[in-house]
Amino acid sequence: MSARAKSGRIVWYPPLRRAFTYLGVAIVVAIFLIPFLWMIVTSLKSPDDLIAHPLSWLPQGLYLKNYPDALSIIPYMQYLGNTMLISVPNVLGTLISCSLAAYSLACVRWPGRGISFGLVLSTMMLPYPVTIIPLYLVFRHLGWIDLASGYLPLTVPAFFGAPFFIFLLRQFFASIPMELSEAAKVDGASELRIYAQIMLPLSRPALATTALLTFLYTYTDFLNPLIYISDPDRFTLSLGLLGYFSQHGASWGPLMAAAAMFTVPTAVLFLFTQRTFIQGIATSGIKG
Amino acid sequence: MARGVDGGATARPRRLSPFTRRAIVTGVLFQLPWLIGFVAFLLYPALASFYYSFTHYSLFKSPHWIGLDNYRNLFSDQFFIQYDSLDHFLQSAVGNTLYIMVIGVPVSTVFAFVVAMLLNTDVKGIALWRTLCFLPAVMSPLVASILWVWVFNPQFGIVNAFLSFLHLPQPGWLNDPTWAKPTLILLNLWQVGFSMIIYLAALQGVPRELYEAVAIDGGGFWQRLRYITLPLVSPVTLFNLITGVIAALQFFTQAYTIGGASGNPQSSLLFYVTYIYTSAFQNFDMGYASAMSWLLFVAIALFTAILLLASRRWTYYER
Repeated sequence: MSARAKSGRIVWYPPLRRAFTYLGVAIVVAIFLIPFLWMIVTSLKSPDDLIAHPLSWLPQGLYLKNYPDALSIIPYMQYLGNTMLISVPNVLGTLISCSLAAYSLACVRWPGRGISFGLVLSTMMLPYPVTIIPLYLVFRHLGWIDLASGYLPLTVPAFFGAPFFIFLLRQFFASIPMELSEAAKVDGASELRIYAQIMLPLSRPALATTALLTFLYTYTDFLNPLIYISDPDRFTLSLGLLGYFSQHGASWGPLMAAAAMFTVPTAVLFLFTQRTFIQGIATSGIKG
Repeated sequence: MARGVDGGATARPRRLSPFTRRAIVTGVLFQLPWLIGFVAFLLYPALASFYYSFTHYSLFKSPHWIGLDNYRNLFSDQFFIQYDSLDHFLQSAVGNTLYIMVIGVPVSTVFAFVVAMLLNTDVKGIALWRTLCFLPAVMSPLVASILWVWVFNPQFGIVNAFLSFLHLPQPGWLNDPTWAKPTLILLNLWQVGFSMIIYLAALQGVPRELYEAVAIDGGGFWQRLRYITLPLVSPVTLFNLITGVIAALQFFTQAYTIGGASGNPQSSLLFYVTYIYTSAFQNFDMGYASAMSWLLFVAIALFTAILLLASRRWTYYER
């Protein structure tokens, strides 16, 4: 701002520019915020209040019953548990398998690692729908679909690496000075020890980003559960909500209460970790 | 990449030294989970679906070879593509998906940039405003879609209430075939946080001296935008366009939540991956769906290549 003032502009110009900036930010924040607020307002409205005409911007008294209703219209807690049974192993598996592969790409000097890194980069582009059908057939052949086998098709692949996160972690590992691991090697530490006791503790931001993005993806995933889960007892929250929505689309009070409860965990996680999270996303974009 | 090749360049004797051999063993052992994953969950499925795409495979009988029939049938399948008029084209999977790509991706890229510019100012409380603008991006696409049906509800929704307050026409939004896709694009704009954050990081990396140099030369806002900001964030623009195109071609959850398997209203929300899903998992026509998957792969490779080639004219890299 000061540079512009010094460059000899007319005096009223900066305040006007400033007013426009404030107005722009206000409009944009309103656009992003209003649907959110509308969800919460709706979740606090009684059925009559919902169809009031003209529409009431604020609920006529807090109708909290929508929340217990949301927990009973679908077995919410059971579905939340099912979702966690998928999300938690995915986070663990991705962290372990991707950090191992990334360590080999960034810190071990071996012939063939160039080719291996090329493999990671080229598979990042492979669209998921290309593999979806044969994967389903393989899992079906193995008897992994809708049995007492847990959620194997939805969790096992995570333990075998994901190109995007291998790339993200590799970039981070490569930025850590080699002197540290070399000093440890001189002292006789094994590669596994250097990986576990030097690289992992130093890479907390990248690991946190990986964990958060994986959690966010699996917690909100829809296509995979849709393909692999058909037993209503084993539904994830997404499947359960869609099932309820397509049958009782009109009961907006409980629906919006359920939507709000579904969103709370991701919003809270994001709020507490946003600095690391945003850093991680921004880095992946610029280096990608 | 450069760092990766040196190991191979220094050691190419006929017999590997014990040291190199150990390095290979270590390197491969660390990669083992990923290498197995690559073969089992990427390479094999990709090759298998390529084979299936030339077969008739109904899941209950083993696949039998039919050559190019699947590909040929696709182009006379009215759900896949219709050529006779633009209206009909926009009721087919290919037409709808191209619509989201051609209109939705540029619009959301521009929107992400504008929001990032506004959030890159020193307005009071900017950290909070940034957080609030990003928040919709961490919302489940399925929940966001349900919310969208309610926000754009023609009778009781908040958008039409606002429009009637302003005495403006109130469209049927997601119930109206011509408005359904634009309403979905609005949903994409609302969840644009990831592209926006990447733009914001790039904007924060633009050196202040450059802006000051423009100011000294008497340039104003538009000159700074045209000659400094846009060239310096152009690699991010390319990144956002490519990821946007890839995501648009695989658009699924939002459309399926709102329009179901048939893409109501009137197939206006029938998308490419929706049709792959119904062909494979409702009609059990695995060969047909595999052919579609492979055409999708070709389309993604093609559009990415075009963007990369064209970008040489408008992206600017320092160094």
